Amino acid sequence: MTVYEPPVSIYGPVTDWATDFDHADPAYNRNAHAIWGELRDTCPVAHSDRYGGTWLPVTHETVREIAYDTENFTSRAVVVSTVVPDDPAPIGGAPPITSDPPFHHDARRLLLPPFSPKKIAEWEDEVRILCHSLLDAMEAKIAAGEPVDAALDYAQHIPVNVISRMLGFPLEDDDIFRGFVHDILESINGEPEERIRSFERIDAYLLAQIEDHRANPRDDLTSYLMDVEMYGEKLPDNMVGGVILLLLVAGIDTTWSAIGSSIWHLATHADDRRRLVADPSLMTTAIEEFLRAYAPVTMARLVAKDHDFHGCPMKKDEWVLLPFPAANLDPAEFADADKVLIDRQENRHAAFGLGIHRCLGSNLARLELRVAVEEFIARFPDFELDGTVDDVVWSVGQIRGPRELPVRVPNR
Amino acid sequence: MRIHVDAEKCQGHNRCYALAPELFDVDDYGNAVVIGDGTVSPDLVERAKLAVANCPEFAITLSE
Repeated sequence: MTVYEPPVSIYGPVTDWATDFDHADPAYNRNAHAIWGELRDTCPVAHSDRYGGTWLPVTHETVREIAYDTENFTSRAVVVSTVVPDDPAPIGGAPPITSDPPFHHDARRLLLPPFSPKKIAEWEDEVRILCHSLLDAMEAKIAAGEPVDAALDYAQHIPVNVISRMLGFPLEDDDIFRGFVHDILESINGEPEERIRSFERIDAYLLAQIEDHRANPRDDLTSYLMDVEMYGEKLPDNMVGGVILLLLVAGIDTTWSAIGSSIWHLATHADDRRRLVADPSLMTTAIEEFLRAYAPVTMARLVAKDHDFHGCPMKKDEWVLLPFPAANLDPAEFADADKVLIDRQENRHAAFGLGIHRCLGSNLARLELRVAVEEFIARFPDFELDGTVDDVVWSVGQIRGPRELPVRVPNR
Repeated sequence: MRIHVDAEKCQGHNRCYALAPELFDVDDYGNAVVIGDGTVSPDLVERAKLAVANCPEFAITLSE
């Protein structure tokens, strides 16, 4: 099943990437590195009238500056779309990612402990077992002469399974969760009414899960969120739902994209694949380099007040995309920025963001990415793309990664 | 040499803890803390430099 049909755009195809860009145009993610490179040289902060006005800074300096500036830019909405949520600052609809100081700090403190490195390390064995079972199924397909796909058969299943277990949600609802992610993160330039209806569907699902946890409390993140106190009171259901929405959406196709992009690299760069198979001690630097070169997540902000930014007249409530992946490819910040060096020693990449909104799930994402790549190349030390790079289907929108990645495993 | 973490700048990326667990620990919130008084033994200087060079927030410094 392929759920990743591009949405029907109300804007039409892009005419010029500097003045009319649209990150939901299928050509954007497919050609992102070239587009960012061109803009970096010619127009380091691009503007488009789409979505009610959107800015796109592409240098490390400008992305970093906005990430650190919570006065002029608000996080109350972080997904650029035809619908601007009406949830007010400083809480927003999916705290703490949609929150601003000072509320952000207190909400984030509730969530940091379950996502700390030591707590997340406890999940390693489960992730490994999950990868084994997915690889077993891929091997069975290969043995039967069927085609296999590293995104559809492998990457897309790993993060959704883990976050569903953490939340205590039904594992068999994984297609529903991927549908939510598609609705929220990919169906961004369609009719606003359709987007609002999809949010209502998601809210109804989450409230039903909260009710189920109220009737049957258990040892999971959902029950934890329903129990935990902030300012001496339990969180209201709509805030619990907002936090869960964040964990579910941010925890699924981000890491799935990172796993897919890393396997894409190894499928298209045989030298790196052979080197990594031969020398597993390179895994730590290789994973960080894949995160730099193929960072999946572009965040967004709304302009909080009219101001001038590097000569750009930014108006209140315009969108600003924060393409951390573009910042990671800026030659002003990284030596050989356009080369993937799996033994890169100095690598201050911003794949998980910069500043107070550093990805809450970064430790989990890293664990899943590392184990997924380790297990994939252990099982399939020799593999390549099945077809050409044009047979790879990329996501649309702020999260970039392969949604279809046909691979061939020779000599088996 | 001594290693220092600026708690105001640290956002819990955990790069230092992954690269040099002999020098850094993390608290319950995932933020980095130096182990002991931050003294870096000669055999760990390279690791310390690696931690400095990989902190996205420029939160780590190494001093004489």
